[in-house]
Amino acid sequence: MSRKLYTFNGGVHPDGHKAMSNGTPIRAMTLLPRYIVPLRQHIGTPARPLVAAGDTVLRGQTIGAADGYVSTAVHAPTSGRVVAVEPRAVPHPSGMFDLAVVIESDGADRAIEFQPLDWRNLDPSALRNRVRDMGLAGLGGAVFPSYIKLNPGGQKIHTLILNGAECEPWITCDDRLMRERAPELVRGIEIMRHALGSETVLIGIEDNKPEAIAALRAAAPAGMEVIAVPTRYPGGGGKQLTYSLTGVETPAGGRSTDVGIQVFNVGTAYSLYRAVELGEPMISRVATITGHVAQPGNFEVRVGTPLSDLVAAAGGALAGASGELIGGPMMGFDLRDSDAPVTKAVNCLIVKNPRLFPAKPIELPCIRCGACAQACPADLQPFEMYWYSRAKDFGRAQSYNLFDCIECGCCSYVCPSHIPLVDYFRFSKSEIWEREREKRSADQARVRHEFKVFRLEREKQDKAEKFAKAAEKSRESAASNAVTPADPDAEKKKAILQAALDRAQKTKETVTPKNTENLTSGVQKEIDAIEARRAKVEEKTESHE
Amino acid sequence: MAAIGLVLGGILGWAAIKLRVQDDPLVEKIDAILPQTQCGQCGFAGCKPYAEAIAKGEADINLCPPGGAEGVKNLAELLGVDAKPLGEGVEPKPKSVAVIDENTCIGCTLCIQACPVDAIVGAAKQLHVIVAAQCTGCELCLPPCPVDCIGMQVIKEDVVTWKWRYPIHMMKRAA
Repeated sequence: MSRKLYTFNGGVHPDGHKAMSNGTPIRAMTLLPRYIVPLRQHIGTPARPLVAAGDTVLRGQTIGAADGYVSTAVHAPTSGRVVAVEPRAVPHPSGMFDLAVVIESDGADRAIEFQPLDWRNLDPSALRNRVRDMGLAGLGGAVFPSYIKLNPGGQKIHTLILNGAECEPWITCDDRLMRERAPELVRGIEIMRHALGSETVLIGIEDNKPEAIAALRAAAPAGMEVIAVPTRYPGGGGKQLTYSLTGVETPAGGRSTDVGIQVFNVGTAYSLYRAVELGEPMISRVATITGHVAQPGNFEVRVGTPLSDLVAAAGGALAGASGELIGGPMMGFDLRDSDAPVTKAVNCLIVKNPRLFPAKPIELPCIRCGACAQACPADLQPFEMYWYSRAKDFGRAQSYNLFDCIECGCCSYVCPSHIPLVDYFRFSKSEIWEREREKRSADQARVRHEFKVFRLEREKQDKAEKFAKAAEKSRESAASNAVTPADPDAEKKKAILQAALDRAQKTKETVTPKNTENLTSGVQKEIDAIEARRAKVEEKTESHE
Repeated sequence: MAAIGLVLGGILGWAAIKLRVQDDPLVEKIDAILPQTQCGQCGFAGCKPYAEAIAKGEADINLCPPGGAEGVKNLAELLGVDAKPLGEGVEPKPKSVAVIDENTCIGCTLCIQACPVDAIVGAAKQLHVIVAAQCTGCELCLPPCPVDCIGMQVIKEDVVTWKWRYPIHMMKRAA
């Protein structure tokens, strides 16, 4: 190729294990009796559940709607009955439960009617809304809602990069997808190009996947360039691939869109094709199952498939298996609960054994060799960040651009002291995020408290003002009544009132209380005593006045 | 030379007046560190009054339980004094929110008046509800409630607020 490639700094060459799973075609899975579909399968706000226990659903029916801007929809993987909407185990490093829709399939696998979209004649914003409602999220690992990335948002996205590098040493799902479904994948790229209005389209694939490169070159129309990049981990990192292909560095703390480049995973392009041209929501993905299993390979897996069923589909774990790993060994995490389902983010499940994944060596003190800094593809100084993270001095760790760390694991990989550097960085990052959350809520509380104080003060003033005004008014009206008794109506009323008062006075005089006659001497004495007290009190109050 | 000196001096003098940096008053800086729960556990009527007392040197820096040891450390750093442990009887509690028992609430509005951040919604003889997102967990609504229907609920970690644990290092293999 004539295109000049750029070489990012650092990187490592971990042992490849792709041959284990990339030799066989993508297999379909049999329909399972039960699917667990988490509502949080993307970055951002989880989907809002639209179904409740007892509802019947069809394949492709929306069971969770996008909630807010950074969110996307979730769909039923098959037809059946919703048995629960409750917290379930999810593939997350914490091993925690999260809200999920549990569907018992009816075996018929009936689907909603899929409506293909005439995207070429469609307004880009309508297309994006459709993509959101189809539940598309980036399949490269970050699962960011795709419809947002398809919005150039006033920026010129001159270059669209398709990431088919797949640099993790075990994962082969993108490899198989590109080999087997290149024509459809290319149509997905066309839709992306239409939405973003990019002039250049580059498809970057690591050169350890010659079949995928050949397949895409055969399928790609003019104007789409398939480029083989040297195999070096993490060549599939978004920023690293962007640099390899264009020589443009993504600014620290920024995104590639800041320099007019958008990067999508090839799997996302394929799903976009299915969503738009076939009208099929994102209810399945290709995932690799490899490691210590009978038949490693790739499966077209419905979202919500319990991972234990995926292992079973690959012939089951072999004797001596020692746990499971989600994602690759460089960036992945240990699976805590094999009831957890496949989500849009799960691209690979590795069954470990002690030979392939030996126990971690003992961590030794840092010898300040600087190997981590040489290996860092983000041009950071991991040892500095490590010292400050270890000392929990998060401010200083951050000042070494902690948040530009892509957690690729190169530093941990090369460390001669076997220090789990990335674990420290993840720890620091989540502590800093928590502090930021706290800071935000404190700021909010301060504003609300200040407003309450202000509100109470304002109410007090308002009340005082109102009283003052009312007093003023009554004084005024009294004064005006005295000065101008001209109103004939008022005169009349006054006369009626006076007459009534006179009548009352007369009755009072004539009527004498009936219960004061025939009193016993004791009662009369009591009454006299009371009268005497009353007189005294009256005298007292008068003298006070 | 003298002319240059005069001109430069003039410019400097002008700049000193015109471009004077309005320094953040100390109270604001202290208040920014305090957690804004407005709980009064420090003995002052809220975070701002406590901040003012610290700035005047009338209060110690270790009286704020929600701020915890880290809050004390940050205050010490700001004020250039030594950090110290939290004061006697000052124990940080896990972060919580208040929850009203809907079956018991009589709608008396006393808690609404007590809430320092207006996080309780309701009206006389209507059920009151606490807006959890705004609740600072100050517990000021607990004492006024005549029917004791408000309880504190510890905020549990979820997938979003979960934090990576501090890596445990083994410098020596366990025996």
